[in-house]
Amino acid sequence: MTNTESTPRHAAGGSKRPADSITGGQLPKHSWLLILALGWGIAAGILSVTDVFSIGGTAVLGMVLFFVLHYVASFAVEGRRRAADRLSRSVVTTFFLVALLPLGSLVWEVVSRGVARLDVAFFTETEAKTHIAGAQLGAAHALMGTLQSTAIAFLISVPIGLFTAIYLVEYGARTKLAAGIRFLVDVMTGIPSIVAGLFAYSLFSMIFGPGSAYTRTAFAGAIALTVLMIPTVVRSTEEMLKLVPNELREASYALGVPKWRTIVKVVLPTSLAGIVTGVILGIARIIGETAPLLVTAGYFQLTNPNPFSGTTATLPVMVYQSLRTIGPTAEQLHALGWAGALTLIIIVMGLNLIGRLIAWKFAPKTGR
Amino acid sequence: MKLRAVAALGLTAALALTACGGDSTGTPSTTESAPAATTSASESESTSDAAALSGEVAGMGASSMKVAQGAWTAKFMEDNSGVRISYAPEGSGAGREGIQQGKVAFAGSDEAFSIEDNKAGSFAACSADSGVLDLPVYISPVAIIFNLPGVESLNMTGELAAKIFKGDVAKWNDAAIAELNPGVTLPDEYIVVVYRGDKSGTTENFTDYLHAVAPSVWDNEADKEWPYTDGGQPAQQTDGVKSSVASGPYTIGYVDASAADGVGVAHLGKDGKFFAPDPEQAAAVVDNSELESGRAEGDLAVKLNREAEGYPIVLISYAIACAKYDDANTAELVKAYLTYISSAEGQALAAEQAGSAPLSDEMMGKVKAAIDSINA
Amino acid sequence: MSTQTPPAEQVGTESDDSHSLVRSKARYGDALFSGISSGSALMIFVILAAVATFLTSQALPAMTSEPDHTGLSEVSALGGFWQWALPLAFGTVWSAVLAMLMAVPLAVGIALYLSHYAPRRVARIFGYLIDLLAAVPSVVFGLWGLMVLAPTLHPFYKWLNETMSWFPLFNAWQAREDGELRPVLAVGGQNMLTAAMVLALMITPIITALSREVFLQTPLLHEEASLALGATRWEMVKQAVLPFSRPGIISACMLGLGRALGETMAVAMILPGKVLVTFKLLTYNNPNTIAAYIAQNFPESEGFGKMQLIAAGLILFIITLVVNMIARGIIASRREFSGAN
Repeated sequence: MTNTESTPRHAAGGSKRPADSITGGQLPKHSWLLILALGWGIAAGILSVTDVFSIGGTAVLGMVLFFVLHYVASFAVEGRRRAADRLSRSVVTTFFLVALLPLGSLVWEVVSRGVARLDVAFFTETEAKTHIAGAQLGAAHALMGTLQSTAIAFLISVPIGLFTAIYLVEYGARTKLAAGIRFLVDVMTGIPSIVAGLFAYSLFSMIFGPGSAYTRTAFAGAIALTVLMIPTVVRSTEEMLKLVPNELREASYALGVPKWRTIVKVVLPTSLAGIVTGVILGIARIIGETAPLLVTAGYFQLTNPNPFSGTTATLPVMVYQSLRTIGPTAEQLHALGWAGALTLIIIVMGLNLIGRLIAWKFAPKTGR
Repeated sequence: MKLRAVAALGLTAALALTACGGDSTGTPSTTESAPAATTSASESESTSDAAALSGEVAGMGASSMKVAQGAWTAKFMEDNSGVRISYAPEGSGAGREGIQQGKVAFAGSDEAFSIEDNKAGSFAACSADSGVLDLPVYISPVAIIFNLPGVESLNMTGELAAKIFKGDVAKWNDAAIAELNPGVTLPDEYIVVVYRGDKSGTTENFTDYLHAVAPSVWDNEADKEWPYTDGGQPAQQTDGVKSSVASGPYTIGYVDASAADGVGVAHLGKDGKFFAPDPEQAAAVVDNSELESGRAEGDLAVKLNREAEGYPIVLISYAIACAKYDDANTAELVKAYLTYISSAEGQALAAEQAGSAPLSDEMMGKVKAAIDSINA
Repeated sequence: MSTQTPPAEQVGTESDDSHSLVRSKARYGDALFSGISSGSALMIFVILAAVATFLTSQALPAMTSEPDHTGLSEVSALGGFWQWALPLAFGTVWSAVLAMLMAVPLAVGIALYLSHYAPRRVARIFGYLIDLLAAVPSVVFGLWGLMVLAPTLHPFYKWLNETMSWFPLFNAWQAREDGELRPVLAVGGQNMLTAAMVLALMITPIITALSREVFLQTPLLHEEASLALGATRWEMVKQAVLPFSRPGIISACMLGLGRALGETMAVAMILPGKVLVTFKLLTYNNPNTIAAYIAQNFPESEGFGKMQLIAAGLILFIITLVVNMIARGIIASRREFSGAN
């Protein structure tokens, strides 16, 4: 902040304020640090005197005091408008930090409790040996189940999602039907995950009967996940296809290439990176889902190789189940559960990262 | 080596389907280390013996036995590589329905079939002329747990427990509590009741007990859902109750006894005699109760006597199997599996994994005899 | 967006007609391809119809029949399906509204920070940090809320109840039938406020991401004009950014609300819920949400009880549907508006 900058602001803002000095309307650059320390100090003092001292209380009260003091100081020196500006800046910055606090705490808790069991046995063993004291347990069964249900959901929802998006952009364009389908995709985006699970359960229990081995399976779970994944794929693919310049299509048509080959050879390759990103983010969306799988796939302590018959463990459900265990095996299973939670976070964040990297690397350059 | 021999004998006995149930009971010292010891012994043993068994059998029922059945099925399949046996913990009602409709070959349930329902012909899983056998295989005491800093156990009568859980006794230093616990320093704090918010057999059993011993205070019949929801904090499942009580001072709750470590535990009884929720005391109250009369031979429904000597809040879960199956292999598999779970080894495994109370020798003998009567 | 794309089909049909040599092959290929595409689009319709049909077919008997003992005992205890379902619907909406009250200022503030206050070079990384919150699976949020956040906040709740019990929402005392006051403060901080806080955290990244997009679309000319007239940054935000983005923020909030309404595991793990209606925040008498109630009771319920749970799920579906439609309506009207510019 230089003096030349401050002068016009001052003139515009505080007409009542005497402009006696050229630096008169400006708080020193790092004064906010001092005020922050002052705020926290006063807060700690007040709380100690009233005998309800706590670190959390001091932090919160200190921040409030900081806002007030900073505003008052700025108001006195710089005027109302600058004071409001400073207040808004400190408030939004604080909000940002407030959101990072739980994220940090969460990641720290999960990593510190889960990293110990993220060993080889975690990926190779199952919970089959819970009856042997001290035996290595693992999450292979849950990883297998998650792989099954996610893979099936992927195989169903990617073709449907892709072709729907192609229809919306290339064939339907501005027809009433396309508008209707777009609306339905929006509706689908809003389906709560547990409702998707209930749908898959009702579907299968009406076909096979409530207690049948075919009712609660990895496949039923995959159907529930499909309902959640399709709209993500459609929306992102549609956006990507729209970005393909029409000149490319027209050039292809002019060379006599039929429409379907134009789509396959020109439109899709052009937008491939974006589509892949959309699909990856779609997988990231469903791979951590717990509620629908709790209702559909259920739980099983061993690897269930058949996705069409019998309940199956999945990673999120395993985390939920194992951390609810009590009794002699609880300690072992809790460690397993935290390792599972860590694995989930790593998978989801990794998928997000990969998706973004692809999007960023191949993104068409835009103005802003 | 002796332990290994005894345990291996028990296992061999179970696998060979020989009628020696009473003989294979272990001494307490055996039961504690048996599962760990047998794993090495069983590997050589099972390969030769288990070849006789193969096939697939499905069971369904009470979730109270979830952990125990999980351990039993896993161990049984490990010892008998040709067998695939499953137990879906879908709930007692689902299990009983399952065997009636023929979906599963055996069921698990927290209550036995009533005499009226247990009629030949009403079970699709069984032969047309066969009823089912209710076999007590899993006994689990329910403990009243509390969190009073510095107090590890309190004496309570059933009536006092009912008053506390209903909210009629408001504070820990109430005269009714102090009277039964001379010498214990009780704080002047409100009691916070923690109950199971989900449907549960534990709640049903606990409320059944309260209604049985203090009907004037506890005027609600036994129910899977807690009746007096206004005056307490609900918690999900056993671990929810346990962690709420463990983390909140001045709370009281009820859980399966296996989960009662690290918090205060109430001793129950009357007339100056109070019993801890130990496996022995739980098994004792079952032995001191009578079998329901008027049932077929081998149909062992226990009529719990809540006033009997021993720890009175006990959950008995039954394995329900047909007296006669159509398919010989199914009969053989069910017999082998039930023989295993009701053997000393199976009971010890459940005690270690799920914290249940092993069947007494006497009950084990009765169950064994009943299982042997199953045929095709 | 769609305004920029001229209808591609006209071009397509022309090319078909003008190349008679490849006509038949192209026609088959095109017919097949457009058939698959329209078929997929219709699949969307079929799937949604199936969702509605199967849920309704399972739910209707539960909604219309008299309460009896074949279903959930809570339903028969309360004397009917609606006496049971409406309090749950209330709990669903109340928890979501509380979460919104916390999340909206937070999220909009963060979005403003990222778009207009943070140093440009690090804004992308900061934005990714916030997005990481969205990547945390809800079961992990539930674990963290139950085991870390709730116990941490419990002393604060105790203090609130002691010093501010005159404020009805913070009052955790309840009169018994005989008039005696008893404390009903939740054990271990497991109350509505904690659950709502975790919900707020979960929807913050969604609202942040969308509002940030909208903020960045503010015409640069407007911003520069405001600054050139001597406005401070905050005045510029008030004059140029916020008015432009208001519809976008509203629709972002509605989408966040939709997510909060349907969130299951975090609430199921943190909130000790009951079927009742209360606005109090700190007691153990909390209204449960539909989604959490289903997750907690689905495994143990049988036959008709499962159908009643599915019926509750249908109600949740309808609530979220209405919220989402309102959001889409706002977005659509805004599109027309900006298209006119």
